[in-house]
Amino acid sequence: MSSPAAAIPVVDAAPQAPVTVAAKSQSTALRSIVLVILCTLIGAAAQILMRWGADHLSSETGLMGLLTNWPLLAGYACLAANTLLLVVALREGQLSVLYPIIALTYVWVTILSPMLFPDELNLYKIVGVGFIVGGVSLIGLGSRR
Amino acid sequence: MSPTPVSSMALVLFASLIGSFASVLLKAGANHLHRSRESLKTAIPRLAAGVALFLLSSVFYIWGIKDGSLTVLYPMVSLGYVWTLVWSKIFFGEPLNKTKLAGVGLVLIGVIFIAAGNR
Repeated sequence: MSSPAAAIPVVDAAPQAPVTVAAKSQSTALRSIVLVILCTLIGAAAQILMRWGADHLSSETGLMGLLTNWPLLAGYACLAANTLLLVVALREGQLSVLYPIIALTYVWVTILSPMLFPDELNLYKIVGVGFIVGGVSLIGLGSRR
Repeated sequence: MSPTPVSSMALVLFASLIGSFASVLLKAGANHLHRSRESLKTAIPRLAAGVALFLLSSVFYIWGIKDGSLTVLYPMVSLGYVWTLVWSKIFFGEPLNKTKLAGVGLVLIGVIFIAAGNR
């Protein structure tokens, strides 16, 4: 026999739980996902810019050389923007949803680098990136609270 | 196109290791961020050290990618996720579970494939 007092929290909990989950996944689905996709593009741009900037570096590069290396500086700016946007996105959304999207950065860089630099793709690299995207996604799923 | 030198890969791996320590310091600093002056005294040096380590990590990273291919070197940055999980467990007692460990396994297999594709 269950007493009415004990039944109240159970009755309360039943409709509440799905609503909370739905509200949270709703917020993840909208703003955070857009933010994180933007992050992956900015993150990929950071990699391309830093690689481009690195081409202009040598052992003789001084401080002036660094400060006038605009691809490198732009790369750092993208990295900073990427980090800040990610912090905002992760505050609002769920890691389990956002990590698999963040891992898209590996896909963009792998597609872009052979188009812009002396670099080429092969089956090993494609399979490797696939495993890495899967792995990062699982780490995000495992971090679900 | 020539293969990415092992020294470049070592630099990028070292950078990812330093970067993971930067994350630990930033987290340690963030944990102390409250509105009291005392908490700021603890938090700010940790946050500053975290930012400094991130910058140091980026120096090694750029040194690494200078003579190598991004299709080989950038995926290796994903090892940072592995280091960070280990430090989160050790320093903050965050639980590891089977899903996270499976993720670590896939990342490691992925990095092995990337290294095999470096030719």
